[in-house]
Formats: sequence, structure tokens, C-alpha cells
Amino acid sequence: MNLRPDPTFHASPKLAMQAPVENYAFTVMLSPDGSQSDGIAVIDLQPDSKTYGEIVHQVIVPYKGDEFHHFGWNACSSSLSPLSGHAFLERRYLIVPGIRSSRIYIIDVKEPLEAKIHKIIEPEEVFEKTGYSRPHTIHCGPEGIYVSTLGGGGEDGTDGPPGIFIMDCETFEIIGRYEMDRGKQDKHYDFWWNLPQDYMVSSEWGLPPQFEGGIVPEDLLSNKYGHSIHFWDLRARKNIQTMDFGDNYQMALEIRPAHDPTKSYGFCGVVVDTTNLQGAIFTWWRDDDGTWQSKKTITIDPRPEEADNLPDLLKGFGAVPPLVTDIDLSLDDRFLYVACWGLGEMHQYDVTDPMNPKLAGKVELGGIARGTKHPNGNGFAYGPQMVEISRDGKRVYWTNSLYSSWDDQFYPGDSGGQMVMANVGADGGLKLDPDFYVDFPKGYRSHQIRLEGGDCSTDSFCYPSV
Amino acid sequence: MDVGGLSEAALWGAVILSGIYHGVNPGMGWPLAVSAALMEQRGLALLRAFGLLALGHFLAMLAILLPFSLMIVLVQWQIEIRVVAGATVIAMGLYLLINRKHPRILARVHPARLALWSFLAAMAHGAGLMLVPIFLGLCAIDPAETGHLAAQSLMAGNLPTALWVAVAHTAAMTLAGGSVALAIYLWLGLKFLSRTWFNLDLAWAMSLVLVGAFGITSALGHG
Repeated sequence: MNLRPDPTFHASPKLAMQAPVENYAFTVMLSPDGSQSDGIAVIDLQPDSKTYGEIVHQVIVPYKGDEFHHFGWNACSSSLSPLSGHAFLERRYLIVPGIRSSRIYIIDVKEPLEAKIHKIIEPEEVFEKTGYSRPHTIHCGPEGIYVSTLGGGGEDGTDGPPGIFIMDCETFEIIGRYEMDRGKQDKHYDFWWNLPQDYMVSSEWGLPPQFEGGIVPEDLLSNKYGHSIHFWDLRARKNIQTMDFGDNYQMALEIRPAHDPTKSYGFCGVVVDTTNLQGAIFTWWRDDDGTWQSKKTITIDPRPEEADNLPDLLKGFGAVPPLVTDIDLSLDDRFLYVACWGLGEMHQYDVTDPMNPKLAGKVELGGIARGTKHPNGNGFAYGPQMVEISRDGKRVYWTNSLYSSWDDQFYPGDSGGQMVMANVGADGGLKLDPDFYVDFPKGYRSHQIRLEGGDCSTDSFCYPSV
Repeated sequence: MDVGGLSEAALWGAVILSGIYHGVNPGMGWPLAVSAALMEQRGLALLRAFGLLALGHFLAMLAILLPFSLMIVLVQWQIEIRVVAGATVIAMGLYLLINRKHPRILARVHPARLALWSFLAAMAHGAGLMLVPIFLGLCAIDPAETGHLAAQSLMAGNLPTALWVAVAHTAAMTLAGGSVALAIYLWLGLKFLSRTWFNLDLAWAMSLVLVGAFGITSALGHG
């Protein structure tokens, strides 16, 4: 407990943008075959430092086979909401779940260079107290730490629907399930919210048998992955509306609400439209009578490619699908970054008018049957995937692995983990920084990035930017 | 009339001071008024929000003071009542000292239901209890008089006192908290929201212990 609010808590997105820049990044290190223990890499982001762009510390966990994926903070700017009265927490711990093992690590990063494991929550505790498995997205909110899960109970995670559970933000005790009325929700992936407006939005990937052993082509072609998002009354814990984008919009993944809490809209990325292999972004918003609406506002076309150059999975299609696997919105709600993991492109859209996004910048790197090299001459395995934006919106970082078994299907033969950074022009535009290229230790891939002091996919703000 | 060495004026002063104390404490809700004004982009929303916060706080004060104002009818037990009341306030302070977790129930309230939130926040933090020893001091009856006063007239005197204590306290709370909220909204800007936010948890719990101790000593001194 501090006597003053943590200096990294900001009342509004605008104040967060004006705060000092990030010094370190925390990035997932995952061993795809479970032969090594997973970990968190601490990367030096200070351009003046001798170790700029290098992994300066690693927290390697004692177990193997956890499969790290997404992770988050114990506390963020949401703590400045007087409603929950948690203003004096410290942004100090990373909550890192293993999506294969269901084990959760609490990592103390108060001193980034001496980051260490603070607590381990064993899978049995997660199963017992929640009936869920495969914990995934982390957000800190009114009742503590919210953790979304990808699996329900039972060995293969299909005994009952997956959902969200709540953890105590100080003791990290698992409190229990979040949902009181889940309505039609039977799959889960991401979730986020608008705290003053008291709504939450959640999304769907698929059930564990649909992803753990690799993508299941029959399920994809018969549209059995998730294609709905759910709107919740956050504090009443009740699903108030389920919005189906349509069967063909397979895998509605990342939810990115506008950061400014006066706004009632956001975005959701869809991996693939099975009718034409396009990637799609939907804008969702609340209309005047309180009903949620959505509209497809961005489509990204597949690129025709000779079957010989394609992995087995795609040979029959003669094209490379964009595969929109991650999106991220800058804190000023101006630029939406869209990772096209299949194409090997990072797109930047100006979403000042959320109903009418305009492509403002683009970087090519990696990609199926293309493998664009980094400006420093080195290769980039797979394609641009998990993306994170600096608080001031001037730097965009990304890594390359999607999910162990899926990497191998879409990019057979590729290996390695990389993290790169692109600089954003004053009025948009995106250019890779030739001097920032992190190559992960042999045998490790990389996934989500968190920036010291918060970033554009962690912090929830309780006061508008004025 | 002196109560435990404190004059009636000093006790009323304490009612006002505690109001200011509660008002400037962010835990009693002034940041919500700032938020309301910014969300709706008009200053009037701040006044409305603070009105609701004040209502909730006022009701929480009454909810605690009224039962005590009825109890004090038992004149011959008034010292015991004041000792027990003081001990209760101390116990609440100690509880808050030991249990530093925040009440999760507050996080379940819809952000627009400010009066309910304010009521629950005041109850959970023992804001009303902090007033009890002061209020009982104001109601104290000289032992020499107890024989002459009928229960009815005692009640007739104590109920308005409870009401006035709650009114004066809430008015001070509103003025103090409202001023902070208004200053941040109009001049200082959101940056000061986190800058002016101090962790009063410890001080708050200690205040309860102190006020409770005062209640007991003044009751015994009076006896």
C-alpha cells in the first residue's frame, strides 16, 4: 500500500499519453514443444542505454509446458475509480497464465532487472474454485483482477462453458466465477470494458479441442469457431446482448473499446471470413435507445499465391488469407493497428471516424510465401502478431508467434522469436526502426508484450480526456 | 455545559470539522463528482452528483445517529451507553486497522447510483460512527436533572439534535468535498486528482479509535 496513488495510474488517457515514456518491455518467452520452461523476457527500451533492444533479464519459471500467451497487471489506471477504492495499489505484479497448463504465475517486476516469481497458483486451485480452465486475458477492474478462460471443466475443457473469474488484487486468492447470467455465451477469448458506463464486451475463439492440437480445418470450413461478441452489464454480471456477426466471420478475437470513457464504441477483429478469406474489423457502438449495433468497417483481401508456395492447409485455396490475429488502439483513439499475420503486414488505420477507417500506414514483414526481411537484413519468422503501442502513440512494438501448434501449420519449418518496433509519423505512417530487433534465445518464441507503466491494451480509464 | 472538558460549541465544532474531514476524503466520493461533470461535459452534473453523494452521506449519518438518539432515553444508563458506544467506535477503528481490504460490495454498485454508493461507503467506513461520541456528548444530561425529565421530552430534544448533527456534518462535508471537486474541474485539471489523493486509510482508522476513546473518557469523567 502506498500513501499516494501509483505514479503510473492516470486519470485520463490524455494524461497517460503525457506521462514519461516506457523504459522496459516485458515479453512472453514460450517454448513451443515444452522442452524448456517458459518465461518473461525484460527488454531494455531506453535508446541511450548500452543494452538498448536487448533482453536484460529473464524470469524463467520452474515448470515446463505452461504455454504463456497473454498476461496483464495486478493494477492499472482503473484503480483511480473512487467506486472501488483501490487507489493505493501498486502496479507491481504481472499475472501470467499458462494457457496449456492452467497454472498462473504472479511475477514481481517492481525492479525490472530483478523481476522474480512472487506466487504460483496451481491449476487445481483454478479448476476447484472456478470450474474453468486455460486462463487467458487479464484486466484489473472494480472487483479485483478479472481473468478470462478458454476452457470449461474436465480434461479437454468442454465440460461446461468457459468464462471469467475474479482474483483478489492484493492476495491473488481466486474468488470465483464472474458470471451470474451468461445468456448465450458458450465460448470465450478476450474481454474489455468501459468502467464509468458500466459495460463489458467479450469475444469468442473456440473450445480447447479446436485449438490445442492445431486449427481444425473441418471446423473452420463448417464455421464452428466463435463468431459472436457479448455485451454485459459489468457490475450486475449479466449478459445483456449477444451480437452474432454471421457464421462466416470465424474467430472474433480482440476487443478494443475506445479509451475515452465518454465514447460508447469500439472494435473487434475477425481472423477470417470463410466466404472469401478476407480479414475483417467490426466497429460496434451503442445507439440512442441503448441497443448495441455493429458494422464491418475494414476488410483486408487475401493475396493470390501459387499452391506450391503454400502450406498444406492453404494449398486448396490458392491464396494467403490476411489472418487478422491482433488489433490495438492508440490511447488517443486515433490509430487502430491491425496485425495481418498471414500476409505478413502491420496496418495502421486512422479511426478518428470509427465508422470510416482509413489506411494510414503499412509495414511488410515476414508473411506466408513472402518472408519479407527486416530493414537490418535479418529474417522475421511467421508474421506480425501481438502488437503493443507506447502510451504516447509514437512507437509500435510487435512479436511474431500466434500459438505454438498454429505457427507450425501456417508456417511449417519456420522457427524463432522476434520483437521489432516501428516509429509512427506525426500524422500517421509507420516505419520499422532498423536498430530495434530483438532475437529471442534459441528454442523460444515470443507473444504478448507489456510495457512498463502500462500500455494501450492494459489500462482502463475512469475520466475522459479533456 | 461542559462535557468531558469540552464545551457544547467545541462539540459542534467537532461535528463541522468531521464533515470537512469526510468531505475532502476521496473515499467519500468527490472524485465521482469530477467524473460526472467531465463525462457529461457540463458543470451542473457536478452539483447534481454531489447532491446525490450528500444525500447518501446524510442518510448514513441518520441511520447511525437515530438509534442512539432513541437509546439515550434510558437516562439512567446513559453512561453505560456512551461507554459501549465509544467501545464500538474503537472496535470499528481497530477492525479497519487490521482489515485493510476494501469492501467489495462498493464495486458492485452501478456508477450512476451515487446516493446508494455514498450511503454504503459511509457505512462501510464507519463514517457515521465517528459522529456518535460527539453526538452523545451533545445529548449528555446532567445526572442531577435525570430525575426530572420525562422520556418524552428527552426524545423530543435528542431527535432534533441528531437531525441537526447530521445536517451540519453533511453541509460541511458537501462544502469541503464540493470545493475540491469544483476546483479540480474548473481550474486545476485532472492531473491534480491523483496528486491530491492521499491514503487516509490509516489516519481514518486512528480517528475512529481517538473519537471512541474521547467518548469513553468524557462519559466516565461526566459520571
